[in-house]
Amino acid sequence: MRKHTQTNWVAMAFLIVGSLCILFPIYMAIMVSVKNPQELAQSVLGIPSQFHWDNFQQAMAVTHYFHTFLNSLFITFFAVVLTVLTHSMVAYAIARNMHRRFYRYLYNYFFAAMFVPFPILMLPLVRQMSHLGLADRVGLIVLYIVYGISQNVFLYVGYLKSVPLELEEAALVDGANRWRIFWSVVFPLMAPMNATVAILTGLWAWKDFLLPLVMLSNPTQYTLPLVQYAFQSQYSTNYSLAFASYLLALLPMVIVYIFCQKWIVNNVTKGAIK
Amino acid sequence: MKSLRNSLAFILMTVPMAVLFFYFHTWPAMHGIVLSFTNWNGFGPYHFVGLQNYIDLLHDKQIRHAYVFTFEFAIVTTILVNIVSLMIALALNAKIKLSKTFRAIFFLPYVLSTLIVSFIFNFLFSNLIPSIAQNLHLTVLAQNILGTQWAWVGIVIVSVWQGASFNTLLYLAGLQTIPEDVYEASNIDGASTWMTFWRITFPLIMPFFTINMVLAAKSYLQVFDQVVGMTNGGPGTATQSNTFVIYTNGLGGGELAYQSANAVVFLIILVCVAMIQVRMTRGREVQF
Repeated sequence: MRKHTQTNWVAMAFLIVGSLCILFPIYMAIMVSVKNPQELAQSVLGIPSQFHWDNFQQAMAVTHYFHTFLNSLFITFFAVVLTVLTHSMVAYAIARNMHRRFYRYLYNYFFAAMFVPFPILMLPLVRQMSHLGLADRVGLIVLYIVYGISQNVFLYVGYLKSVPLELEEAALVDGANRWRIFWSVVFPLMAPMNATVAILTGLWAWKDFLLPLVMLSNPTQYTLPLVQYAFQSQYSTNYSLAFASYLLALLPMVIVYIFCQKWIVNNVTKGAIK
Repeated sequence: MKSLRNSLAFILMTVPMAVLFFYFHTWPAMHGIVLSFTNWNGFGPYHFVGLQNYIDLLHDKQIRHAYVFTFEFAIVTTILVNIVSLMIALALNAKIKLSKTFRAIFFLPYVLSTLIVSFIFNFLFSNLIPSIAQNLHLTVLAQNILGTQWAWVGIVIVSVWQGASFNTLLYLAGLQTIPEDVYEASNIDGASTWMTFWRITFPLIMPFFTINMVLAAKSYLQVFDQVVGMTNGGPGTATQSNTFVIYTNGLGGGELAYQSANAVVFLIILVCVAMIQVRMTRGREVQF
């Protein structure tokens, strides 16, 4: 029995090596970003005698960092809020009417769409959206809301099976209508799943590259990942500037992760094992 | 009256979203299928050409290569990601110190943008490794592998580096559902660590293995960001994935109808893969 209380050093050694593999590229990125070209030519990994933070200032100016950051934030924020509000409602209606054919079909319809790969709709979608004048940030938000529904309705319906009906029935007897029951009784009860859906949607919208790439026609609306792609040619000779810009783009989510790490990990796990 | 109001409320809760979903998801998908039978290049008039696009696909070397690359990449990456993340999860689940710190580190790649991570690895392969190799007189590694026939290895490495985090999380969740006394019983029976893993641990986390395989295969078959960030399809067309070809040739190359046909074939293949995976793994799961 004593075996179980001792530290497993083989596992520890493996994890230390693994952690170094994870941290090494990040260390390299930081070291590249704080050097000037001469220092970089001498050594990529060494710690420089002087840190060139001005690379970051320059990168901010080149990519219009704050503007780009606000684009990403705007898109992510509205995608998350509207997704949580609408998908929870759709899932509620479906979960409480599974005995009716229409709702069962609707559920299967959303579920089946999970197997449809994006490339099949990509080409017609781009034309459709620009036709509607929606090839912009607003259109992107609409698409995040629409495309997330398969996964989120699946998650919410699964969760609603564990939410007891008694509370709803009591409210119904008291004369509350369905809308009121949903907003004041069911929606708060779904709080744990709302958090999971919010995190999954937020990470997706924040990190996404392909959808902004095909949807955003105006450079002033570019998101953080898309700007790194668009400015690649300007960086080509100046690696330090490019890496400062990459790190600035990664930074906001890393900060959120450092402060809410446990919360994010728990909720992503919950979303994945459903 | 009340039940009527009730059903009306439920209808109003679902129908608008269902309509939006149809309009922005199903409609363009159907449109894509129709386009695949035409010769439209994106502008002007067009007519139906029957199965011509599909016949052309069969003889298209670039497309065939894209499928081969996509499948080779997806199979290798899916297997590697699952092995690596299962090992990390087993280690994290063992009796260790600093387990919270390790968890935080191993999950970090999940919150990073894939494209930017690929740009960072691009530099690592094109500048750092060759310069180190030169100093050590390792001629094999002295050139940028992203410019050689081994470019795909670089894309696999960046995908595993980033992808392992999510799968580790799932395996860890699976391992934590196994009660401690199962291991103790196995220990008393004198089973070796290796046997305990294959006879007890692995069958019990089989459902998690299934989800991981399905999710990983689905995302790696549609690989795009890593290709753009690492090689942009090169050298030549060596690392063009199918999604990359559909994007580049379909939107930029005026092959709208032709690439729609390619996308339809891709859809059919992906659905088949998902069905085979689910069928293969179903029934082998052990309920606890």
